[in-house]
Amino acid sequence: MRKRLVAGAAAVLVVLTASAGCSGSSSKTKLTIFAASSLTTTFTTLEAQFESQHSDVDVVLSFGSSTTLAEQITGGAPADVIATADDTSMSVVQDAGQLAAAPAKFATNTLVIAVPAGNPGNVTGVASLNSTDFVMCDVSAPCGAAGSQMLTNAGVTAKPKSFEPDVASVLTKVELKEADAGIVYVTDAKSAADKVDAVPIPPADNVTNSYYVATVKGADQASLAADWLTLLTSAAGQSVLAKAGFGGP
Amino acid sequence: MTSSARVLGRAPVALVVPGVAAVAVLVVPIVAVFVRAPWSSLPHQLSRSGARTALRLSLETTLITTMVCLLVGVPLSWLLARIDFPGRRLVRALVALPLVLPPVVGGVALLLAFGRNSILGRALDAVFGVTLPFTTAGVVVAQTFVALPFLVISVEGAFRSSDSRYDDAAASLGATRWYMFRRVTVPLALPGIVSGAVLCWARALGEFGATITFAGSFPGTTRTMPSEVYYELQIDPDAAIALSLVLIVVSVLLLVLLRERWLSGVR
Repeated sequence: MRKRLVAGAAAVLVVLTASAGCSGSSSKTKLTIFAASSLTTTFTTLEAQFESQHSDVDVVLSFGSSTTLAEQITGGAPADVIATADDTSMSVVQDAGQLAAAPAKFATNTLVIAVPAGNPGNVTGVASLNSTDFVMCDVSAPCGAAGSQMLTNAGVTAKPKSFEPDVASVLTKVELKEADAGIVYVTDAKSAADKVDAVPIPPADNVTNSYYVATVKGADQASLAADWLTLLTSAAGQSVLAKAGFGGP
Repeated sequence: MTSSARVLGRAPVALVVPGVAAVAVLVVPIVAVFVRAPWSSLPHQLSRSGARTALRLSLETTLITTMVCLLVGVPLSWLLARIDFPGRRLVRALVALPLVLPPVVGGVALLLAFGRNSILGRALDAVFGVTLPFTTAGVVVAQTFVALPFLVISVEGAFRSSDSRYDDAAASLGATRWYMFRRVTVPLALPGIVSGAVLCWARALGEFGATITFAGSFPGTTRTMPSEVYYELQIDPDAAIALSLVLIVVSVLLLVLLRERWLSGVR
């Protein structure tokens, strides 16, 4: 019995160390970036660019709802850079005195209705949401605040089936066809173009979110953080963002 | 305790220090909630409609979950304890799996099994017109998935530890197994069944990951207490702390309730 226990524990250890090994060697300098869930694809692309320019740096990305990230940083989470999908959550961090400098606007994004490939719910526009099982972000997240503003603009009174914690889970519910529609950013629908179709929202009803980035006060890697901000606003960075569907700042 | 201390000497520092550290890790966070709690606005925080709705939904769903778990869990516990069927060890291991599975993984698994687009989900929809994701029934399914193992494991233990010779005696007097189950086995194991049910209820009350993944989050339908705490933390931390306080107090009450069975044995 004891031998089996030891063997089992050893096996677990081997698996854990092996999988931990994949996440990169620890001797490199770590640049920790907290970014809004909607930046997942672009920041992952930029991570590769940044690491090829800085061979001794390991960029560590943490994605989530901007509100959650702001909460984590004001709570003392060790991040060097924060990038949010709105100015409200950035202001929370700024008002708490946790930013090294004023935040910079680096992109904009608008909303779109994502539907499963083939559009099983026959969603033709914002008005269809009144008779569709749809999901959206919780109003505490920027995508939810923008989404509910857009629904008000369009005069849609129907309620979603669920308020998801962030835009990634909205997209997942649509990809898995659990919902016939989900309110997401243009960029999200584009990054999942093989699994979801996008139904446009008229500009008059749509809401534009501005993306802000800033170096966190007391960042361990302040100069690398500045390099990241430079990359974001550089032509190379802006072209990655534009390719993903973001608008210019 | 005092007499053995005199004979064996005092507890070594090498054991006391880590022991105290362990207690600190477990207790400090709970104390922090009490310290930081918005005591003066507590009645206001807990009477807000969001909190009340979540509380009511949590109570309703967890009570249904506990009943469902009792209905299917007690029979399964009996089978595991009394019937030597092939593959019993495998079944026992599979039943315990959700105990160690991350609840979010459980939620994903439930989506793949009972989602609108899965085979089972489609059958449910076609035959009964029922879809589980985004419904209160989905919350119960998610809670059952994570809480049932707690009931089965503790009730099976209760069945095993009650003397099976009472069963033999009942059988020799001509009782059928069904009669025996109802009149002998269950009454003997009742304290174990009750504590299993309480444990199962507590786990259901705290369930978050599988629920938010499988059932989503909508006030009054699927947003239970833990989900409400999660969302409130981003808008109004005081409200989240107030709700956390409720969950902590409930947990403490449960411990007091279970003390007789669980703590007295090791005293």
